[in-house]
Amino acid sequence: MRIPILKLYNCLLVSIQWELDDQTALQFQEDLLQKIHETSVSGVVIDLTSIDFIDSFIAKVLGDVIDMSNLMGAKVVITGIQPAVAITLIELGIGLNNVLTAIDLEKGLEKLQQELGE
Amino acid sequence: MSIQSCVTIINEWDIVAARQLGRNVAKELGFGTVDQARITTAISELARNIYLYAGKGQICIDKLFDGGKPGVKISAIDSGPGISDIRQVMEDGYSTSGGLGAGLPGVKRLMDQFEIESIPGDGTKIKATKWLR
Repeated sequence: MRIPILKLYNCLLVSIQWELDDQTALQFQEDLLQKIHETSVSGVVIDLTSIDFIDSFIAKVLGDVIDMSNLMGAKVVITGIQPAVAITLIELGIGLNNVLTAIDLEKGLEKLQQELGE
Repeated sequence: MSIQSCVTIINEWDIVAARQLGRNVAKELGFGTVDQARITTAISELARNIYLYAGKGQICIDKLFDGGKPGVKISAIDSGPGISDIRQVMEDGYSTSGGLGAGLPGVKRLMDQFEIESIPGDGTKIKATKWLR
């Protein structure tokens, strides 16, 4: 299954709605970069509200896709990280430092617009 | 008393199957969402280690009842290359795969009890337990 990526004005909007397996995660990485390239957007919001756990592999794929997007010139904001996800990530030793985050999708879009200076 | 179910880990899909099994058991025993996430994550990391380093192995989930207190025990067993320096792999930040697969110290922090036994050339056995508080 592929994760849908929606375009909204100058942003891409992604809501991850189900547990990610390795293939889906890697496919998403490629799909997102391709979509950034096609649409020339300057920002991306990835919403994780429905995700109830993130292991080191998914964290690595997410961290990488954020760095890759930055390389291409698009800023990424992660939103909706659940308490259980925040706790397990930190206990695992994964801080996802230097990643822009916001409490929910609405705040994420606001943060992105601020970052983009629009 | 202990009830066990196992998943054989050969490919990436088996990692998903193992963590789903673990999550279901944790839910059934009454663990809250945070501990469910801890248990699921720990299983995912251990299963991925088997997939990455041993190629094949097993994740078994035991329901424990210690004096009426329920717990989940994860056993990760493989007959892969084994670990020659356990102290080294238990150090934070140590990885031979460039950040894929886990941090055993991370798994140890997620769970209440953690035991590792490994014989180079023979395989690795890891047991990690979480008790319901």
